Amino acid sequence: MEKPILQIENLTTSFKIKEKYYPAVDHVSFSVFENEIVAVVGESGCGKSALALSIMRLHNHQRTKIEGEIKYKERDLVDFSERQMNQVRGKEIGIIFQEPLTALNPLMTVGDQIEENLTFHTKLSKEKRRLRTIELLTQVGIPYPTRTYDQFPHELSGGMRQRVMISIAIACNPSLVIADEPTTALDVTIQVQILELLKSIQKDTKMGIILITHDLSVVAEVADRIIVMYAGQVVEIGTVKQIFANPLHPYTRSLLKSIPSQVTNKKRLHVIDGMVPSIVNMNRERCRFSPRIPWISRNAHEESPDLHEVAPEHLVRCTCYKHFYFKGS
Amino acid sequence: MVLLKIDDLKVHYPIRGGVFKTISDYIRAVDGVSFELKEGETYGLVGESGSGKSTIGKAILKLINMTSGRIVFNGQDLSKFSFGQMKPFRQDIQMIFQDPYSSLNPRKRVADIIAEPLRNYQCLTVGEEKKCVQNYLDKVGLNPDSMYKYPHEFSGGQRQRIGIARALTLKPKLIIADEPVSALDVSVQAQVLNFLQDLQKEFKLTYLFIGHDLGVIRHMCDKIGVMYRGRLVEEGISEEIYENPQHIYTKRLIAAIPELNPERRAQKTELRKKIAKEYEQLYPEYFDEHGRAYDLKSISNTHRVAMP
Repeated sequence: MEKPILQIENLTTSFKIKEKYYPAVDHVSFSVFENEIVAVVGESGCGKSALALSIMRLHNHQRTKIEGEIKYKERDLVDFSERQMNQVRGKEIGIIFQEPLTALNPLMTVGDQIEENLTFHTKLSKEKRRLRTIELLTQVGIPYPTRTYDQFPHELSGGMRQRVMISIAIACNPSLVIADEPTTALDVTIQVQILELLKSIQKDTKMGIILITHDLSVVAEVADRIIVMYAGQVVEIGTVKQIFANPLHPYTRSLLKSIPSQVTNKKRLHVIDGMVPSIVNMNRERCRFSPRIPWISRNAHEESPDLHEVAPEHLVRCTCYKHFYFKGS
Repeated sequence: MVLLKIDDLKVHYPIRGGVFKTISDYIRAVDGVSFELKEGETYGLVGESGSGKSTIGKAILKLINMTSGRIVFNGQDLSKFSFGQMKPFRQDIQMIFQDPYSSLNPRKRVADIIAEPLRNYQCLTVGEEKKCVQNYLDKVGLNPDSMYKYPHEFSGGQRQRIGIARALTLKPKLIIADEPVSALDVSVQAQVLNFLQDLQKEFKLTYLFIGHDLGVIRHMCDKIGVMYRGRLVEEGISEEIYENPQHIYTKRLIAAIPELNPERRAQKTELRKKIAKEYEQLYPEYFDEHGRAYDLKSISNTHRVAMP
């Protein structure tokens, strides 16, 4: 079997709140292979972005503790010094942020921002960098690359800005790209274009992509494997087909049920009771989703639930999925 | 009964240039849009950003000045009134904004936010006001004790509900909801949408629902208008728009809806490619030489399409 690009083993990221550490990402393990899109889904507050930032080690290190292993091509990023990390960021692992207007520097031209990455990581001459930047802008489908090169972010539309973000992320041909909600701020038609663009770039470069999103329809469009996160834990892992055809964990099933469907009209949407618990006051011993499905008896849940393999590559946390039914059905 | 009738609404912004800042051209944000809202119905406006859908919502409330056209609300022509004369009508037309994080004043308590419209329009005693605020907080499913909290103490969905409570206090007839759920998670989105439907039944509300998520629009709306570059390109009841789109732009928009079944991914990509090609080819047939959509023509009782 081929070696994964990224292998995460028991990753725990804890934040310091009032002198105590609380894990926002709790023993998460998964791996990403070449040419694969792994989607991480969950509501806001489930630890998806905390996970992404941990891989890039972008958290404030004075208030965060990262434990476990982040193995990138056999090397453990957790032990890396800040200096070593700077060699990885942008060159080996690229990141696409959610809101391109806030992530881009408003005082730098688009060309300069892309070149910054090349200046830092490569020994290309000024002329070559410019050529490479224009080539990148063409690759991400910007219509007038030479003109855009000298423009500022505010002169571009949302879709174009996101394309610039993507070109920054792929500037040094990274083998892994983390896309943190890349299409949330965009329109449907633009969203499709951006997703197709990511897929086509992947075809050329064979990079692995971690796609972080709360939009399950985006996941259904592009992902190969899905990781469902709830309250910092992985609650279900499987291939797209497994998750969409046979979702097992109550959380996955509830999420899928709350999407306004294209077929049925005017029916009430499914609502998950309660809220995602805050990391400070959460019962970590029992099934973390149990407070939101109170009609399921306590015996259905496991004590400190574990991931169970139900099919090859398909893992589900806790035993409550066997007994789960929707209220009122 | 027709509650709101918009007739040939135009909002143009001048582009000034040259030495004397003379007007060289106009940006036509809304360029001749007409439609009607019946009482108790939900009308959806969809389109990409920049298509002018939010501008229409704001022009109805006179938050933006319109260039020409008529807006008839409940039999009265709002376009003739000045900003000040609009005051009594603002009671009947309320707005829910897109982003619950920026549309609530962070320095005001929830009680003050919700009571603000009441203070502007009605003279209530402190006790009456408190009772009223608690009543609406209860209606939107928030704890009445939360009236003394500040907006930052609430989650996104709860904040959006505070925004809704604020819109309800004056018992409006029409609510303009400008992308009310696009900043929310799926599960919270479901909650807010259900809730908007319940309120519609309870208060006999009429919604003008502005959005770009076609799934949400289909779920909520009886009638849909598709906008492109400041013009309506197609209008009809939901089934007509989704099952039988006629305009090439609508077809492209419908094809862009994400496919929830991963098995049909390849098919969908093919369809999109086909429609994108068709769009390139047929573009001159659906738009005139200035890239402007034609006027709407009826093809059935309810279905209108912009065709030459």
